[in-house]
Amino acid sequence: METYLPLIWAGIIGLGVFMYVLMDGFDLGIGILFPFAESEEERDVMMNTVAPVWDGNETWLVLGGGGLLAVFPLAYAIIMPALYFPILIMLIALIFRGVAFEFRFKSDHKRLWGVAFWFGSTLATFSQGLVLGGFIQGFEVEGRNFVGGAFDWFSWFSVVIGLALVAGYGLLGATWLILKTEGETQDRFYRLARPLLVAMIAFIIIVSIWTPLNYQEIADRWFSWPNILFVAPVPILTAGVALALINALAKRKEVQPFVLSLGLFLLGYLGLGISFWPNVVPPDITVWEAAAAHNSQFLLLVGVIILLPFILFYTGYSYFVFRGKVRAGEGYH
Amino acid sequence: MELDPVILSRIQFAFVVSFHILFPAFTIGLASFIAVLETLWASTNREVFIRLSQFWTKIFAVSFAMGVVSGIVMSFQFGTNWSRFSDIAGNVVGPLMGYEVITAFFLEATFLGILLFGRNRVPRPVHVFSSYMVAIGTLFSAFWILSANSWMQTPAGAELVDGRFVVTDWWAAIFNPSFPYRFAHMVAACYLTTAFVVIGVSAWYLRHKRHEDTARTAFSMGLGLVAILAPLQLIIGDLHGLNTFEHQPAKVAAMEGHWETQEGAPMIVFGIPDEEREMNHAEIKIPLLGSLILTHEAMGEVRGLKAWPKDERPPVAIVFYAFRIMVGLGFLMIGVGLYSLLLRKRGRLYDSPGFLRLCTWCLPIGFIALLAGWFTTEIGRQPWIVYGFLRTSDATSPALTGGNVLSSLLIYAVVYTVIFGAGIYYLYRIVRSGPGEGGLFGGLISGKRPLSAPDVRMEGE
Ligand code: HDD
Ligand code: HEM
Ligand code: HEM
Repeated sequence: METYLPLIWAGIIGLGVFMYVLMDGFDLGIGILFPFAESEEERDVMMNTVAPVWDGNETWLVLGGGGLLAVFPLAYAIIMPALYFPILIMLIALIFRGVAFEFRFKSDHKRLWGVAFWFGSTLATFSQGLVLGGFIQGFEVEGRNFVGGAFDWFSWFSVVIGLALVAGYGLLGATWLILKTEGETQDRFYRLARPLLVAMIAFIIIVSIWTPLNYQEIADRWFSWPNILFVAPVPILTAGVALALINALAKRKEVQPFVLSLGLFLLGYLGLGISFWPNVVPPDITVWEAAAAHNSQFLLLVGVIILLPFILFYTGYSYFVFRGKVRAGEGYH
Repeated sequence: MELDPVILSRIQFAFVVSFHILFPAFTIGLASFIAVLETLWASTNREVFIRLSQFWTKIFAVSFAMGVVSGIVMSFQFGTNWSRFSDIAGNVVGPLMGYEVITAFFLEATFLGILLFGRNRVPRPVHVFSSYMVAIGTLFSAFWILSANSWMQTPAGAELVDGRFVVTDWWAAIFNPSFPYRFAHMVAACYLTTAFVVIGVSAWYLRHKRHEDTARTAFSMGLGLVAILAPLQLIIGDLHGLNTFEHQPAKVAAMEGHWETQEGAPMIVFGIPDEEREMNHAEIKIPLLGSLILTHEAMGEVRGLKAWPKDERPPVAIVFYAFRIMVGLGFLMIGVGLYSLLLRKRGRLYDSPGFLRLCTWCLPIGFIALLAGWFTTEIGRQPWIVYGFLRTSDATSPALTGGNVLSSLLIYAVVYTVIFGAGIYYLYRIVRSGPGEGGLFGGLISGKRPLSAPDVRMEGE
């Protein structure tokens, strides 16, 4: 039990973060794409495609972030202060876009709240990229404390990851809109999806080359036996998925582009996982070292195991109820 | 001047948590109020109850959403600013706070949606049942978070192993010595806070001769609750104080403004504490009453602040004043409750202009008392973060500089003012629009987010 509990928890937290990235990813993407819409009506449609689900999506963030304190307190205590500003900006931006989302429907100043929504979504995404970049770079730790500076996370590398995430979420948003809209709006996002995909692939290539060049530990992991067995399929699969996605867009498929974009994210996430496992705090604190006492981990596990099916069911149910296309003039308001 | 990250982190925490607590406190009270209204509607079929329930449900939806948004920020604060605390006490407070979040999610995922949007989609008993579950859910949420907080005040059931707390007995840790008192006192405080909002809004309608039917009912219900609960709160508060006297005597000395250890201590009604000279100016006191309240004996011994070295004393002035604000407002609430009984007996409850005006003015007093109470408790706990074990100054994140924390504090201050300002303005708009006269069941709203429940616009008449 003592060795498996941290593994179970790493799985749950990993799932939480991943679900968050997928689900909030496409609705942040819709915010990012806001300026590309033709009219306020089109923006209404865009928002309406996520209106019933977006706030449930943030649930996963709290599960991933808040859960960390309870089950990996050491990781929480090192990562949070090290990424103080990106996390602060992310939280503020998320609040901002949430409130803008709601008030845009209730106010006569639609444009203004729309701009706030775009700004909040883009900033939140970019700062999540900075968080990820900072994480990959690793943390300066002494004893059980982060001892680096407040801006250690800042580098060209993390800025590039930030931009990559903006493109990536934009792609998720565009393919989601292809799935959920029709006519002119759908055409527009077919057209937008292609450059976004190209940008995302370019970023994937840049980051995959840059990471091992810059971070020796990661390079060692990738290119040593037997790790290379796990690492090698990732780029091959990624290339396959990207080609399929280009093809699906060209053939104007409706469902595949979104599913394949999710697939790209999944592969990227797996790639990261392989690069760090079993560390939760790069470069060298493992899940076992960071774990809470096992009776603490166990206590919370009981609650989460009861809760998870409910959340999954509720999530699935919401998407099921609100399935199908969204048309102009019919909203959830 | 060197900026102190510890002090700034404390101010930042106080700022974000004070903002946060205003919304949950109000939703905890409202959820129970709505459950009562739904029950009355189900059992009497009188339209006024469902009108009230629908109206207050809109307000509930908005403040719930604000509570969630400000709560997400809270769950990151411990890591960003209190990393050593997170590492040292994470084994204990982590799971407790985890359960608060789980409870809140559980609510959102299930019964909240039915309460807000399900009225014409589920059978009536299911809807009433959902209102109960939401009310119970908010209380559970309070249960866990207060347990975590109380454990920091009166730690139990854990021991330090290699410099970190490990729980030896969960039961003892969860039901730590101050928890039952704090929980009872806090729940009563939430109910009183909500009651005064309901009373204040209703009094305002009555004065302006709007929605008089519903306003009368709500006014009467609110005042009925206050008449019972305000005196009860005095008793719970007194018991809470006795518990604190046993476990955190230095805090009580600061609350009471006692410097010297004395037998037959007075009760200091007012004064201006002076920490430099270790005395109070302009004291107004009642002889022996202090010992009588705290030890239930006229000549009982009460320790004064000088019994502790200076670096183990809490800041005196804030604690002293905050405590008086809370208790003062508590007595005002008792007064309002009693006076309402008198008016009720004379049949003049709804048409005494002076009383209606007083009630309108009393709208925010619950919130003020609530914050004053928390300031008493939390600042009175200083210099400890885990009482007797871990100092606040040893709990912050070592890498943070004063400048870092000052920047984040300013950002929070600006953004909170804008965002929650808009939210509070919107609440005001809902109150202005009042419980609708026609269209009882409203249009079909099929979004599932709390904030899509109210149908009021932000601008216009
Ligand atoms: C007495 C009650 C109380 C107190 C003292 C606190 N909270 Fe709270 N909190 C609630 C009562 C509550 C609530 C009523 O349960 C909320 C409001 C809306 C909701 O969904 O739950 C909530 C929401 C809420 C959420 C959002 C959950 C969600 O997304 O639904 C988080 C993460 C926190 N809280 C975390 C905290 C932390 C870290 C606190 C301490 C420092 C804290 N709360 C103090
Ligand atoms: C919800 C109502 C609450 C309010 C209004 C409140 C208010 C405050 C205030 C004013 C301080 C600053 C004290 C000082 O530094 O002088 C503080 C500190 C703190 N409180 Fe609370 N608090 C609340 C609940 C909680 C809860 C539920 C917890 C934990 C589970 C908590 C944990 C802390 C911590 C960690 C600090 C920072 C360290 C400190 O300064 O003592 N508080 N709070
Ligand atoms: C009427 C007389 C009252 C008395 C004698 C009283 C007593 C107390 C005491 C002794 C404490 C400090 C607990 C500690 O030492 O940690 C406290 C805290 C508190 N009080 Fe009161 N109180 C009264 C009224 C109120 C009212 C009317 C409200 C709000 C509506 C309120 C809200 C609070 C809150 C939120 C706290 C902090 C949480 C806690 O520790 O329970 N109190 N009260």
